[in-house]
Amino acid sequence: MGKQRVKFTFEETLVKQPVIYELGKKFKIITNIRRAEVGEKVGWVTLELEGEEQEIQSGLEWVSSTGVRVDPLGGDVIDG
Amino acid sequence: MLCYYHRQAFDRDLEVIWAYVSAFLARRKLTAVAFINGLKCRECGREYPAEPLNVCEFCFGPLEVVYDYATISEVVSQDSIAKGPLSIWRYKDLLPAEGDDPVDIMAGYTPLIKARGLGKQLGLNNLYIKNDSVNPSFSFKDRVVSVAATKALEFGYNTIACASTGNLACSVAAHSARAGVRAVVFIPSDLERGKIVGAAIYNPILVSVDGSYDQVNRLCSELADDYPWAFVNINMRPYYAEGSKTLGYEVAEQLGWRLPDHVVVPSASGAMFTKIWKGFNELACLGLLDGVDSSSFGVDQNTAHHPAVTTKMHMQQAEGCSPIAYAWANNQSQVMAVQPNSLAKSLAIGNPADGIYAIKVIEKSQGSAYAVPESEIVNGIKLLAETEGIFTETAGGVTVSGLKNLAESGAIKPDDLTVVYITGNGLKTIEAVEEVVNPLAIKPSMRSFEEMFEGAK
Repeated sequence: MGKQRVKFTFEETLVKQPVIYELGKKFKIITNIRRAEVGEKVGWVTLELEGEEQEIQSGLEWVSSTGVRVDPLGGDVIDG
Repeated sequence: MLCYYHRQAFDRDLEVIWAYVSAFLARRKLTAVAFINGLKCRECGREYPAEPLNVCEFCFGPLEVVYDYATISEVVSQDSIAKGPLSIWRYKDLLPAEGDDPVDIMAGYTPLIKARGLGKQLGLNNLYIKNDSVNPSFSFKDRVVSVAATKALEFGYNTIACASTGNLACSVAAHSARAGVRAVVFIPSDLERGKIVGAAIYNPILVSVDGSYDQVNRLCSELADDYPWAFVNINMRPYYAEGSKTLGYEVAEQLGWRLPDHVVVPSASGAMFTKIWKGFNELACLGLLDGVDSSSFGVDQNTAHHPAVTTKMHMQQAEGCSPIAYAWANNQSQVMAVQPNSLAKSLAIGNPADGIYAIKVIEKSQGSAYAVPESEIVNGIKLLAETEGIFTETAGGVTVSGLKNLAESGAIKPDDLTVVYITGNGLKTIEAVEEVVNPLAIKPSMRSFEEMFEGAK
């Protein structure tokens, strides 16, 4: 079992889709939301995912395929 | 094959144990400490000890250093700074690492030059260039890495790592060489040659990742969780970012302990931009500016704003990667991540960690943010070179073109005291300007020269 911290960003068209609920149903992943903000045109959620490494990887690929942007926590780790 | 993997796992475990033992011993050895009280979450305010941490365990907000300003105000003065070394460590009392024996390749104390040629061209009579392209590894990153490397050694790490689009890679490799520790540097495989060589020469473990920007980003984020290394812009980030405050301190000191009316700053993650502002306000609150009375930092050190600090902060991004400028222009309360696609690779950070905090600085300072068209980047490089004799990289081209826009639009008035920050050296991105190489090709005779020279005139 491992943990991964990520940020999901939802554009306007995706805000109504229950992506986090479905992530927990489709994959053996425990989702734990820590902070979120939903604005008029965009929303984001930071959360911790717990599960087998491969399961988390597959889950994140599925989230990306829905159009939700998946980023590491705290912005890009690449720097100039 | 199985034995090989077991051996690798064993080595990694050994490395983890050694890192903890070293950290414990190093902390016991410390006789003096920086004037800091610990770390604090920027969002929920939870406090943490000064450890290698960058994210709040509860709300995942970013952690920032908390300073003991009461003690700092007793020890720091214009005189104490003037007696310090000609590097960022002259401001050691204001930095979050113990400065008596820092990892110092003499970063900082770079020239502040009155820009007569560029000023004349743009109609600005009081323009100065902060030329940070002449740092030891040829970019402003030496400031942040010097602090991060010093802190990493304090914590007992023996490997310093980073993920970089170039300048940071060079600086981490150089400082690790100076400190005698291992550097592990991850770069995207499509980086400019000057930056690859500029990092490789210091003999780090250089890892060129063949993948998309997002893939490189995700890989390095996972590596930082698994390996017991000091990742300068991950677990060292709260300390690392503070090094950029020295860009604010130096400009104030070099102007005779006063602040400019405007600063023009390139921006990627937004960290440097916010830290220059923080540096100005620290100097004011500590009473280090001429004619300015000290004042309290208030409840939140990171958002302290002394009323005497009236400098307008102008951020410049390249159009191909301008998430902060876009959010500012569209009055958005959030900064949306973008896929970078810019000539200015050192500014190509699609998901800026400090974007939202940078927007707050723009608001508070009544500054601006601008997305410089990609087609103007090379023009900016050439304009600076031809008017001031300074060869900057693509990020500098963005900054100079942004300055030109501010002057032409009237946002900066002719007599306003203005400082433009040039943060990287042109020799790192020569591919961008190879079109300038167009020599008069002659035969080895006077006649051939005269013919060509007449034609060229």
